[in-house]
Amino acid sequence: MTRSERVAGTVANYVDERTGAAKWLKKNLNKVFPDHWSFMLGEIALYSFIILLLTGTFLTFWYDPSMQEVEYDGSYQPLSGLKMSAAYASTLHISFDIRGGLLMRQIHHWAALLFMVAIVVHLLRVFFTGAFRKPREFNWILGIGLLTLGIVEGFLGYSLPDDLLSGTGIRIAEAIIQAIPVVGSYLAYFVFGGPFPGEVFIPRIYTVHILLLPGIFLALITAHLMLVWYQKHTQYPGPGRTEKNVVGYPLMPVYMAKAGGFFFIVFGFTAFLGAVASINPIWLFGPYTPGQITAGSQPDWYMGWLDGLVRMAPPLETHAFGHTISWNILIPALIIPGILFTGMALYPFIESWMTGDKREHHLLDRPRNAPNRTALGAMSLTFVLVTLLNGGNDLLATHFSLTINQIMWFSRIGVLLLPPIAFMITKRICLSLQRSDRELVLHGKETGRLVMLPHGEFVEIHEELSPEKKWTLTQHEQLPPLEITQENSAGVRNPKGLRAKLQQYASKAHQEQIEKPSAKDVLELGDGHH
Amino acid sequence: MTSDNQSNEVAPLTDPGIPAHLHRKSDLDPTAAKKAERQVGILFIISALGTILFLYSYTFMSEKIFIFLPVLGNSNAKQLFLGLGMAISLFFIGMGAVHWAKTLMPDNEVVAQRHELRSEEVDREDFVKTVKEGAADAGLGRRSIIKRTLGIALGLSGLTPLLLLRDLGPLPKDDFSKTSWEAGTRLVTDPGNRPIKPSDLEIGAVAQVLPELLAGKERKLEDIGKDAVLLIRIRPAEFQLDAERLSWTHEGIIAFSKICSHMGCAVALYEQTTKHLLCPCHQSTFDVTRAAKVIFGPSARPLPQLALALDSEGYLVAKQPFTEPVGPSFWERDSS
Ligand code: HEM
Ligand code: FES
Repeated sequence: MTRSERVAGTVANYVDERTGAAKWLKKNLNKVFPDHWSFMLGEIALYSFIILLLTGTFLTFWYDPSMQEVEYDGSYQPLSGLKMSAAYASTLHISFDIRGGLLMRQIHHWAALLFMVAIVVHLLRVFFTGAFRKPREFNWILGIGLLTLGIVEGFLGYSLPDDLLSGTGIRIAEAIIQAIPVVGSYLAYFVFGGPFPGEVFIPRIYTVHILLLPGIFLALITAHLMLVWYQKHTQYPGPGRTEKNVVGYPLMPVYMAKAGGFFFIVFGFTAFLGAVASINPIWLFGPYTPGQITAGSQPDWYMGWLDGLVRMAPPLETHAFGHTISWNILIPALIIPGILFTGMALYPFIESWMTGDKREHHLLDRPRNAPNRTALGAMSLTFVLVTLLNGGNDLLATHFSLTINQIMWFSRIGVLLLPPIAFMITKRICLSLQRSDRELVLHGKETGRLVMLPHGEFVEIHEELSPEKKWTLTQHEQLPPLEITQENSAGVRNPKGLRAKLQQYASKAHQEQIEKPSAKDVLELGDGHH
Repeated sequence: MTSDNQSNEVAPLTDPGIPAHLHRKSDLDPTAAKKAERQVGILFIISALGTILFLYSYTFMSEKIFIFLPVLGNSNAKQLFLGLGMAISLFFIGMGAVHWAKTLMPDNEVVAQRHELRSEEVDREDFVKTVKEGAADAGLGRRSIIKRTLGIALGLSGLTPLLLLRDLGPLPKDDFSKTSWEAGTRLVTDPGNRPIKPSDLEIGAVAQVLPELLAGKERKLEDIGKDAVLLIRIRPAEFQLDAERLSWTHEGIIAFSKICSHMGCAVALYEQTTKHLLCPCHQSTFDVTRAAKVIFGPSARPLPQLALALDSEGYLVAKQPFTEPVGPSFWERDSS
C-alpha cells in the first residue's frame, strides 16, 4: 500500500463510520452511463450554468444596481461628463477600469447564449428521440420550466446595464404588461413602482436575476439530474441494448474524467469567445433615455422569435365601451407563446393518448421511426425559424436589398403556410428513409461492383449487412393504430364517441409506418438470392 | 428474442448481442500507452503555459495597446491576451482529462440492469394503508370543524403575501392619459432647452422637443417618456389634413408625440423624401402628411398630434394639451 493510499483509506474510513456513505457510493460510482455525443447537450447547459454563476458573482462585486443619475468620469473618453444611471456607469467601470472585467462580462454573455442554445438543442434531442416518454415526463416538464425561466433570466440580465439598447427592451416589456386587459396598467405601476422607467426597476430585477431565479434554477436542475440518475439514462438502440439494460461506461473513472474534462473544455471555449468576440458593446449605445433609440436594435436570439412575431402582427386593436384591447400585442407576445409552451409541456401526454402506449421506454427512437412526431417537431421548428427571421427583418432587408414590406408579407404568409408544408415533407422523408432501411436489410448495400452472369447480363453485387446493423435497423416495434370501439350502445352520439373518433384518427396518423422486414422476410430472400 | 416489453407482431430478427470488445493500441502495446501518457502530459503543460500568459498579461501588459484582428476588428491587447490565457489554461485541462479517459482508462462497455420504477405491489398496498391509517389517526375525515377552519385559515393566510406586495407601486389613476403639455407650454429644444421660433426650422427639418421646464423643476426620464415630441416642417400644401388638424399646424410645422403608439419606442427615423416617420423597433410607419396615419407595421393608431400656436413673443407653444393619451395602449384607454 502506498502512502497516499493509506491516507485515502483513513479519510474514507473516518467519513464512512460517521455517514455510512461507502455503500451508497460503491453502488453509484459503478453507475453505468451510455455514451453518445448528443447526451452531452444537457451537460453543456449544466456547465454554462456553472460558468454563469462564477462569472456573474465576479460581476456583482462592481456592478451597482441603481438608477440614480451620476456624471460619468471613468476612462472611456467619449462618454466623459455625460449624465447616466449608476448602473450604466458601473458597467462601463467594469468594462474599462477593472482588469479582466470586460472579459468576464463577455464570458458571462456568451455563456448565457450558449446556455440557451444548449437547452434548446438538448430539448430537440429529447423530443426527436422520444426520450420524454414514460417514465421521463416529469423531466420533460422540468426542462420546459428551465427553458422558460432561461428566457426570462436572459432578458433580465440583458436589461441590467441600462444602456440605450436594453432600456428599449424594457420599454417594450412594459408595453406588454400594460396591454394586459383589466389589470395591465396596475401591474405596470406595481412592477415599475410608478411611471416607466422610474427608479426602482433595475434594483428589483437585480434581485430576481442574481438571487431568485438562480435559486430556482439550482433547485430545478438538481431535481432534473436526480431524476436522470434515478431513472437511469436512456440509450440508443443497437445490438445488446434492450429496454431492460443500460450499456455504457461506469461513472468512475471514465465518465467522471470525461464529464469533468468536458466542463473545462466548455469553460475554455466560452473564455475564448469572450476574449476574441465582442458582445453587447454597451459603450457604443449610450445611456438609456426614452426619447432616443439606436437604429437596428436587436434582442438576443432567444427573444428574437418573439420580436419577430410582434413585428409581423397585423395592426389590430379593439375599442369598445371606453376600453382598449391591443390584439397586436397580446396575440404575438402572450397568447401564441402561451399556447406554444403549454403545448410543448403537454406533448408527452398528448402522444401517449394518441398511441395508447402506457409502458416505460428506455430505448430511444430513431427519428425516422416516429414519422409523425418528427414531422410535428419540424413543423414547430419551421414556425419559430420564420418568426426568428422576421425578428431580423431590418438586417435582412439591408443585407439582401429587400424591402421590409416584402419580408413582412413573406413572414405573415410563411408563418401560416410553411409549417404544414414542413410537416408533410418531413413525414414523407421519414417514410422513405424507413423504406430504404427495409431495402438495406433485405437486399444489402450497393457496392458499385458489377459482375457478368454466364448469359452476359450485368448485375451489381449487393453486400449483406452485418447482423448488428440489421438488428439496429429492425429492432423498433411497430404498433398498430388503436382499435377503438365506440361504446355507445344505442347509437347516440355522445361526446365520448367524438373523442374516441379523434383519438382513432390521431392514432392512425401517428402510427403510419413502412412495415419493417421480419425474420421470415430476411430468410426467404436469403434463400432465393445467393 | 427481443425483450418481453416489445409487442411486435411480426417475428423480429435476432439480437446478435453486444459486439466483441476491440482493444485499443494502448491496451496492448506498452509503448503506445507510454506515448498516450506523454500526450496527456503535454496537454496539461500547454494549460499551465496558458495560465502563465494570463498572469503575464494581468500584471505587465499595458491597457493602451490595440491589435487588429481580421473579421473581429480592433481588440484591446490586454483583454485579448487575458482571455486567451484563460481559455488555453481551461481548455487544455479539459483536453488532457478527456484524452486520458479515452486512451488509458478502461473502455469496456458495461451492462447494468434496469428495474421497473413502479414499486412492488405489497409496498404500494402498505403505502396506501399507512396513508389511510395516518389520516384516520388524525381524524381529518371525522372532525369536520377542523377541516373547514383549517381550510379557511390556510386560504386566508395566502392573502398575506399578496397584500404585502401592494406597496410595490402607486395606483396609476389617470397618469397614463396625462403629459406635461398644457395650453401655452413652450416647446424647447432637446438638448439645449431653448425655445423655438418657426424661423428656426427650415422646410424638411425635424427636431426633438420637450415642454419647457418651469423654474425649480427637474426633468425626469419618466417625463421624457411621455412628453417627447417631434417637430417637422414640410410645405403646407403637402398636408392632407381635415380642417381641425390643419389648424393644429403652423406654417407647415406639425408636431407628433415621439413615443410610438405601438409599444412606446422612440419614433426616431424621419424619411424626408416620403415624409414618413419610422419606428425602428417594429417598423411601424406613419405618414406625416396625413396626421401620422399608420401605413405599415403593427401599430394600430396614429401618433397623437400636438396642437401648435405662437405665444406673444413669437415662440412655438402648445395650443392645448394632447387630446388623447400618448404611447402604447392600455385597458382604460378610451379610444372612441
Ligand atoms: C438548465 C437547463 C438544463 C440542464 C442543465 C439539463 C441537464 C441535463 C443533463 C446533464 C441530462 C443528462 C444528459 C442528457 O440527456 O443530455 C439531462 C437529461 C434530460 N433532460 Fe435536461 N437539462 C436542461 C434542460 C432541459 C430541457 C429544456 C428539457 C426539455 C424540455 C430537458 C429534458 C430532459 C430529459 C427528458 C432528460 C432525460 C433524457 C434521457 O434520459 O435521455 N432538459 N438534462
Ligand atoms: S414600438 Fe414602434 S413599432 Fe413597435
